[in-house]
Amino acid sequence: MSDSPVAVETHTPELRHHFASAEQQRDASTFGMWLFLATEIMFFGGMFCAYLVYRFWYYNEFAAGSRSIDIWLGAINTAVLICSSLTVALGVRAAQMGKRKLLVALLLITMVFGLAFLGIKGIEWYQKFEEHHIPGNSFNVDDIIHDYPQIHIDPRHEQIFFSLYFAMTGLHALHMIIGVGIFTFLTYKAWKGAYSPSYYTPVEVGGLYWHFVDIVWIYLFPLLYLIDRKPLR
Amino acid sequence: MATAAVTAERENYLNKEYGIRSWLLTTDHKRIALLYLISITFFFFIGGFFALLIRLELLTPAGDLVQADTYNKLFTMHGQVMVFFFLIPSIPAVLGNFLVPLMIGAKDLAFPRINLLSWYLYIIAGIMMVHCIVTGGVDTGWTFYTPFSTAFSNTKVIEAGLAIFVSGFSSILTGLNFVVTIHRMRAPGMTWSRLPLFIWAHYATSIIQLLGTPVIAITLVLVVFERAFNLGIFDPNRGGDPLLFQHLFWFYSHPAVYIMILPSMGVVTEIIPCFTRKRIFGYKFVAASSIGIAVLGFLVWAHHMFVAGISLYSAMIFSLLSYMVAVPSAIKVFNWTATMYKGSISFTTPMLYAFGFIGLFTMGGLTGLFLSALGIDVHVTDTYFVIAHFHYIMVGGAVMGYLAGMHFWWPKISGRMYPEWLGKFAALIVFLGFNLTFFPQFLLGYMGMPRRYWQYPPEFQVLNVLSTAGSTILAVGYILPMIYFLWSMRYGEPAPDNPWGASGLEWTTQSPPTTFNFEETPEVTWEAYDYEHIPAPEEVPVER
Repeated sequence: MSDSPVAVETHTPELRHHFASAEQQRDASTFGMWLFLATEIMFFGGMFCAYLVYRFWYYNEFAAGSRSIDIWLGAINTAVLICSSLTVALGVRAAQMGKRKLLVALLLITMVFGLAFLGIKGIEWYQKFEEHHIPGNSFNVDDIIHDYPQIHIDPRHEQIFFSLYFAMTGLHALHMIIGVGIFTFLTYKAWKGAYSPSYYTPVEVGGLYWHFVDIVWIYLFPLLYLIDRKPLR
Repeated sequence: MATAAVTAERENYLNKEYGIRSWLLTTDHKRIALLYLISITFFFFIGGFFALLIRLELLTPAGDLVQADTYNKLFTMHGQVMVFFFLIPSIPAVLGNFLVPLMIGAKDLAFPRINLLSWYLYIIAGIMMVHCIVTGGVDTGWTFYTPFSTAFSNTKVIEAGLAIFVSGFSSILTGLNFVVTIHRMRAPGMTWSRLPLFIWAHYATSIIQLLGTPVIAITLVLVVFERAFNLGIFDPNRGGDPLLFQHLFWFYSHPAVYIMILPSMGVVTEIIPCFTRKRIFGYKFVAASSIGIAVLGFLVWAHHMFVAGISLYSAMIFSLLSYMVAVPSAIKVFNWTATMYKGSISFTTPMLYAFGFIGLFTMGGLTGLFLSALGIDVHVTDTYFVIAHFHYIMVGGAVMGYLAGMHFWWPKISGRMYPEWLGKFAALIVFLGFNLTFFPQFLLGYMGMPRRYWQYPPEFQVLNVLSTAGSTILAVGYILPMIYFLWSMRYGEPAPDNPWGASGLEWTTQSPPTTFNFEETPEVTWEAYDYEHIPAPEEVPVER
């Protein structure tokens, strides 16, 4: 091993030995996260594909199921996530400018938003549990059928809607939990002063992940909550 | 370099540190490649063990060695272990891991710790799979078709599904690492048109891994959810569609075939110019055909579903698209043969495997055209013709390419030469054993012997006996290289830096390389496969 990498390493301790420059390292990291997000799109894409097929086939059941989930909790959650995206973006900015305390505060606020989202989501799931809308042996949508006597609703097809609802929101929530985990780590490192205007890649990369999870919700909200909200006569 | 004395061992990645920690916590891509080599070899022999049991059962028409239930488990676990735990990681995770940074003049992959994480994920998945196997196994076939897998099978579908889910993450992370490395870590002067074609093949493979693997991941998650939490996405009783499962499954699992074969093609593309002492014919076409195969590979999945009840019109379109895959594949085969034309061919072990690869891949590819033809496909669907076809691609193609690459780069990996005569002997045995095993299966399938049955009518016995005999010969051919590779690590001749007189940056550094690969970052000023300017080793018959 020649002397030069060692000399560079003492200059910028974040630069790992196999990169030629800090810029190359930053480029590689963000590019890697973008590629990972591409795989995530394909991951959720499988469920969006199933959603597309079944919504086309079982529109009435999808619309009725959509009416039965709480639009206000969904809307509040959408607002919460948009706010959390803002605090993430501001956090990256704070890291770029080297404002340690501001960065820590913004990361913490982001996590509070994320946990609030999960809490509200939990309330929604609990409601569904009470209403016996969770697919399985005790699944019962007589209440939905009773509410909309004017349209034909097949309870078996209603299970498909709720299967997709729980699979999609469940895996989204899992991504949120992982995001909160990542942000806990970032907050700890930021508190320790690991990030500076010359090195803030982890904040940026973690932020990319957070934004992606938000964007998935931005699609899930209209697809699951807003299928058909016209008053039925 | 060649004059450096090899008597006193130079410092290299193997002897720099010792001890179990230095291996299990390494971030060196070369050591991780060896970790992968050991683990995939383990799974190769597990999968091979199931294959031999299958062949033993089929030695006689009656179902006398195992019962039908056990037989279902045997072929399922043979398929799952071989596909997800051997073939998918085989060349990328071993040779790719070792060679991608070396070939492009980098010190390591872009994300060394993620590389190690990918191995650990593979090991976690492997432990789950082994646990699943020893506690009862799965009987769904490697395809997990619903509703059998979700509602009827009484075997460990959830555990196998989760094991494959986790191994998928390992595969995604390897692919992600390669794409970022190839984009961002190339040495000065290593332009895209100077990249070795092995790199192009791995680039195309990685794209498939990145875009395809998540789809099977979500599909298996939904199957697991359906079994575990009673969701109904693929359940026909609730209006769910098993065909949707097949679409999602094959959207990954057809391109997965190209994850297996493209790296082998990359290996062969390195070996042929070296042992013909010529530049590759049509560099750009070979490079583009790798990308072409990756792209087209995503557009043909429904040819696995011609008899499953898809519409005739979509079947016709998928049939046409499947034929189109033949174009980039044929470009490769023709360019390899054109490279050999008037070359100074030497029949070394890697070259023998490469010859085997070309022939067997061509047969596998051409019988693939039979299967893309709607009429013939109906006749041979779910017969041994299909089995023979994809084993010609996966074993005759992918495994031959893997062995070719292992022999070609073994001097670089281990710093030792293997015994050449034994290598040639094993290559011959593998070729003979392979053809004896799988060629009769083409005939059996065409005569109508269905796959996945543990017994068969007596008139099929002769060909089945031939096939079983071949499988034992093949097994010998696979065990031999493992033995002499291990032997060579201690007793083999020390390898020079460039024993084959090959092009490529990996041969400019010492054998085995140091931890950081190169003394100083190389600067590339020449084209790939610049064999006009590379002296051939003494024993190669070239005009000097």
